[in-house]
Amino acid sequence: MSILVLAEHHDGQLSPATAHVVAAAQQIGGDIDVLVAGENVAAVAEAATKLDGITRVRVADNAVYAHQLAEPLGALLAALADDYSHVLAPASTTGKNVLPRLAALKGVSQLSDVIGVESVDTFRRPIYAGNAIATVQSADPLKVITVRTSAFEAVAEGNSAPIEAVDTVVDNALSAFVGEELAQSERPELGAARVVISGGRGMGSGENFQLLEGIADKLGAAIGASRAAVDAGFVPNDMQVGQTGKIVAPELYIAVGISGAIQHLAGMKDSKVIVAINKDEEAPIFQVADYGLVADLFEALPELEQKL
Amino acid sequence: MKVLVAVKRVIDYNVKIRVKPDNSDVDLTNVKMAMNPFCEIAVEEAVRLKERGVASEVVAVTVGPKAAQEQLRTALALGADRAIHVETDEKVESLAVAKLLQKVVDEEQPQLVILGKQAIDTDNNQTGQMLAALTGLPQGTFASEVKVEGDKLRVTREIDGGLQTVELSLPAIVTTDLRLNEPRYAKLPDIMKAKKKPLATKTPAELGVEVASKVTLLKVEPPAERQGGIKVGSVDELVDKLKNEAKVIS
Ligand SMILES: Cc1cc2nc3c(=O)[nH]c(=O)nc-3n(C[C@H](O)[C@H](O)[C@H](O)COP(=O)(O)OP(=O)(O)OC[C@H]3O[C@@H](n4cnc5c(N)ncnc54)[C@H](O)[C@@H]3O)c2cc1C
Ligand SMILES: Nc1ncnc2c1ncn2[C@@H]1O[C@H](COP(=O)(O)O)[C@@H](O)[C@H]1O
Repeated sequence: MSILVLAEHHDGQLSPATAHVVAAAQQIGGDIDVLVAGENVAAVAEAATKLDGITRVRVADNAVYAHQLAEPLGALLAALADDYSHVLAPASTTGKNVLPRLAALKGVSQLSDVIGVESVDTFRRPIYAGNAIATVQSADPLKVITVRTSAFEAVAEGNSAPIEAVDTVVDNALSAFVGEELAQSERPELGAARVVISGGRGMGSGENFQLLEGIADKLGAAIGASRAAVDAGFVPNDMQVGQTGKIVAPELYIAVGISGAIQHLAGMKDSKVIVAINKDEEAPIFQVADYGLVADLFEALPELEQKL
Repeated sequence: MKVLVAVKRVIDYNVKIRVKPDNSDVDLTNVKMAMNPFCEIAVEEAVRLKERGVASEVVAVTVGPKAAQEQLRTALALGADRAIHVETDEKVESLAVAKLLQKVVDEEQPQLVILGKQAIDTDNNQTGQMLAALTGLPQGTFASEVKVEGDKLRVTREIDGGLQTVELSLPAIVTTDLRLNEPRYAKLPDIMKAKKKPLATKTPAELGVEVASKVTLLKVEPPAERQGGIKVGSVDELVDKLKNEAKVIS
């Protein structure tokens, strides 16, 4: 078994997601290579060498891989894939963008959002917004898999794996990067935070999200949102938690002014402890909450901030 | 330019599914079916391109059983000009759907293909990317804005950290995110008119595509149920429980 893990990185930093994917690769078993593809990614590669359990880090450093556009990255992976039995990436927007492209270029299926490894060819993954868990077996010669990072504990960092350059360069006349608008935040990343506090339509406005800020500061929490809050323009899209947003599984998830639609629950119901604050005692969110507080959030939040 | 839109018939997004007692699959008997929400957004975007004079024709396509024609009729009622039904009763995986769509693209030669980013039944999020790979075309996935500029397409994409804009050469493949647009409802006269719009039927065999997959579904189980929790009476009690019972804050 020989596994290639596509490293996730942004702004010259290796993302924590990669260590979770390596953990999934370890459960499959075999040699694990990490591929760092991008432009000026020496520091990322260096950081990746520390990941426990990996054999080597392969680096494709070229302007054509800048911003990790799907067309060149898919072609690069397809060129490298013949050496491997499995190619894994986090189920991030980058992984989801690129891996199906690789799979189709190789004529194989792709398994999305894997949450469990049963054996080298059998995996578990959620379907229907997490309301069912499918166990699937793949007979494809190459298994192409995106991994739900919250389902695997990150590997530690005590390794010093060798780095090898990959010289494969592909053309890309199909797509070009134009620009990016990234949310600036001092807070932990949603997917990696130990505590997440999310606001829904009940927050009423973007300004009112400040009520969550003070609490997030005290708890070192990331701030999330329901789709309704994003659609209403209270907060940007990258804060959406749910079936079609981010999947989180923190130690503590606090849902404020969120009703608990199945699409929202799909993104947070694997959290260890769930707290719901909602003024409607019938709200479905209370069915998954360990601790429910029936209260007006405009009264409860300031009090909570003060008492923490 | 011609726009091709792929629509999938799925369980209605409001329905809570049940797993069959023998764990073979999800139970879909007598369950309300509908067009995948992301496909509604795809149809809406195509129709708006036509209304703005950018698109000349909108063709809707689906792969599925006879009943999937309902979703094609919906697409026609929403403004598509004609429809193509690739009829099969088999379960067709994303790769096979992409292969079938590739054949349709070969025949129709659209300048733009719009798909949903994700079908809410399989939650796969892969068909558009696969179609792009098979046709050798660029892809603008998870689109929240699409602009045709001459022979280029500018797509704003919803990515984990925020938004990214890319420029693609045409023809291109786009997959829709939730905020691309807000789909309209079909009006009764349009639903009546849609019944007369052309709908062609083909089979995978006619298109020369083998739909069997190498992936076997071994079992389907309900997710672990969460233990019902308690209601706390006050913020004080909540803080106390989190500190001393759940021990998740200090
Ligand atoms: C294809 C598809 C994908 C989707 N994907 C997602 C997704 O990824 N994530 C997601 O979240 N949703 C998603 N949705 C939307 C989902 O179906 C719900 O519409 C959405 O989650 C509702 O958000 P909400 O709970 O904030 O709003 P609402 O359902 O309107 O609930 C607001 C809640 O706030 C409470 N409230 C109001 N005022 C106060 C107050 N002063 N104090 C306390 N409580 C108050 C109300 O009692 C109510 O329970 C998706 C939908 C579709 C069709
Ligand atoms: N059977 C199908 N028929 C037509 N389009 C489909 C079908 N399956 C998937 N698609 C398209 O691909 C998108 C993404 O689906 P998926 O990759 O399966 O999550 C859907 O929103 C549709 O636009």
